[in-house]
Amino acid sequence: MNQEEYRLGIVVAGSLAKGMEIRLDSRASIEDVTVGRYVTIEGQKQRFFGMITDISLAVTDPKLTITPPDTSDPFTAEVLVGTSTYGIVHVLPMLTIGSDVSTLLDGPQPVKTVPGHFSAVNIATERDIELVFGKEDEQRFHIGNPLDMETKLCLDLEKLVTRSNGIFGKSGTGKTFLTRILLAGMLQKSKAVNLIFDMHNEYGWEGSSESGYKVQALKQLFPEKVAVFTLDEENSRHRGVSVDCVVRIGYDEIVPEDMVLLRQTLNLTEPAVEAVYQLRKRFGRNWLKNTLQLKDSGTERDELLKEMNIHESTFQNLQRGLATIARLPFIQEAARDAEGPSDAVNSVLEKLDRGINVVLEFGRHRDITSYLLVANMLTRRIYARYQERTEKAMGENSEPPRPLVITIEEAHKFLNPEVAGRTIFGTIAREMRKYNATLLVIDQRPSSIDEEIMSQMGTKITCLLDNERDIDSVLAGTPGKNELKAVLSRLAPKQQALIFGHAVPMPVPFQPREWGSAASYGDYMTGGYGKLREQPTKYIEELWD
Amino acid sequence: MKEGQRVGEVIEASTTVFTAQCYELFELPPFGSLVKTKAAPLELYGIVYNATTGSIDPGRRAIARGKNETSEEAIYSSSPQLKELLCSDFTALVTGYRQDNSVYHYLPPVPAHIHGFVHLCSQEETREFSSSLNFLNILINTHLPLPPNELVAASLRYISQAHEDRRAFLVAAGKELAVLLGSQYDQLRTILGGIRQ
Repeated sequence: MNQEEYRLGIVVAGSLAKGMEIRLDSRASIEDVTVGRYVTIEGQKQRFFGMITDISLAVTDPKLTITPPDTSDPFTAEVLVGTSTYGIVHVLPMLTIGSDVSTLLDGPQPVKTVPGHFSAVNIATERDIELVFGKEDEQRFHIGNPLDMETKLCLDLEKLVTRSNGIFGKSGTGKTFLTRILLAGMLQKSKAVNLIFDMHNEYGWEGSSESGYKVQALKQLFPEKVAVFTLDEENSRHRGVSVDCVVRIGYDEIVPEDMVLLRQTLNLTEPAVEAVYQLRKRFGRNWLKNTLQLKDSGTERDELLKEMNIHESTFQNLQRGLATIARLPFIQEAARDAEGPSDAVNSVLEKLDRGINVVLEFGRHRDITSYLLVANMLTRRIYARYQERTEKAMGENSEPPRPLVITIEEAHKFLNPEVAGRTIFGTIAREMRKYNATLLVIDQRPSSIDEEIMSQMGTKITCLLDNERDIDSVLAGTPGKNELKAVLSRLAPKQQALIFGHAVPMPVPFQPREWGSAASYGDYMTGGYGKLREQPTKYIEELWD
Repeated sequence: MKEGQRVGEVIEASTTVFTAQCYELFELPPFGSLVKTKAAPLELYGIVYNATTGSIDPGRRAIARGKNETSEEAIYSSSPQLKELLCSDFTALVTGYRQDNSVYHYLPPVPAHIHGFVHLCSQEETREFSSSLNFLNILINTHLPLPPNELVAASLRYISQAHEDRRAFLVAAGKELAVLLGSQYDQLRTILGGIRQ
């Protein structure tokens, strides 16, 4: 592509808030211009970077639209294209780069003015993209390519993990693939460790793509950096997963806060949840066991309920809910004796301390009750330890624990406005990095997530969304929201995503890099540059077999 | 008519137009053709927009003479004085001039000289003159006793013959007109209809 081919047109109108209007050159074909393309505008004193957010057609004389010319005549058509009829491209300027040395060193800055009339507009070159997003290096991870470009789009992962982040998109738009790519990136290029609550057993060991072929997952690519924990040993064994630890949970590990989160899924009433607190107070750690053991009728029970002022129907409602929990195979009455839950928390923490990432597989327990219960319980305890250790480290001026990224799926179940204030995930999302723990939230209904939590998310990556409320919720507070909306709703249904927020200098729609071929696995393992560091090439071939 | 041929002599001149008389009856340059005349040190370019043939004496009109003749030629051969009593004139719109080997597409500082010879421009000169399409602006914006669309189309048809890639020239000219006539699509459409390839 030579310089002529990059040329798009000139600035003819616009505003900072609504974006610039570019009159398309007659040489440039309007059909080659696509929404989401990245352009540069050559102002007099600085260069502007922006994104195409809309494309429209215009005529100089409205009569043209009333009595259109004979389009079968190529001569007339050729004359009119680009003169009487022309294309208008709407560009949202986002960044500027000054032309003098000192501003060049500062790198791209958020845009505060607009380019003058008739500034030339070009399609961004690979060099421009590199200038804005940086090259792939020790910290930056190649996550994909900007739409219609071959350039590598790199993400500063150190920056990314300092905030809670979200991955959104309708079902089947590639959230899992994106998450896998991002996790692989964090494994390679950030100091953070990951704790992944893997509801559908996709991140630890091989999962399957939509077209049915098997794709490798983290443990297979980074066997030394990833430990797989499971709640369902049998299922993991059948799938040939090399499991590091089987997690069991004891009755006494469940606390009233867990029941708050489970209220909706267990169909508990508000008074039933209140009753849990009373029961906990009365029975102590063994409240669950004791509550379940209370006979259906009997004076002892009646007196107890009366004493605690719990209504009979409320108590029955609660007992039904608790029975559902007790039926979960990984919940054990006395798990503490064997591989107790404290062991599970300890071994997770021990792995995390050593910089080993933990994937917790749920096996066949894919029901939302199990997921909510286990994720909330483990996270609460791990977070408590983190908090304690960070505070201690601050007091003693010693090294704080490694940054921790907790990945949760179906995040709206944890973070909906009703429970967000009371679950540990709500706390992490709000308090952010104070205690070195952040969230990676994966969800298909972002509108169900508490607004406050959405607003605290650093970087958001979103695949196609088509529900108006979901789109609004994801883009809330982003500059140029309306323009980005147009870009977001035009994403392909698969393998295209829009990233914006803290870790990227400007929003950019991109195509995530490949995950699935032997070559792509090799790239992930080498970090995208240089030679394989720890794994011999032969190993990759084995993986592919 | 050969290129570069002398086609007449200026008999009336103003800043915007000059009228020339042909040496031979009916030996007129075509409508829309590019002609030039000297106004030393300038060389003025004009586009022929009007031509008349009539009596040299404005008070005496020509009368019909062929009642008993079998052909039109016979009228002239039986009355040879007619060729002396009638004359052909043409008027050209001044669209630019040449000074010191540069062509300018705006009105010259001085009008054409009376009795200046008028020549048809050669193909090479026509190409050079039309390398810039600014002359179209004068053609469109002058008030003439004929529809400017006709003149523009005719001159473009004529000038395009001097160009190797006729179509490319006409497309470029069409685009220039589309810009000049941005809000007058009807007029543009008429002209494009007249130069369509």
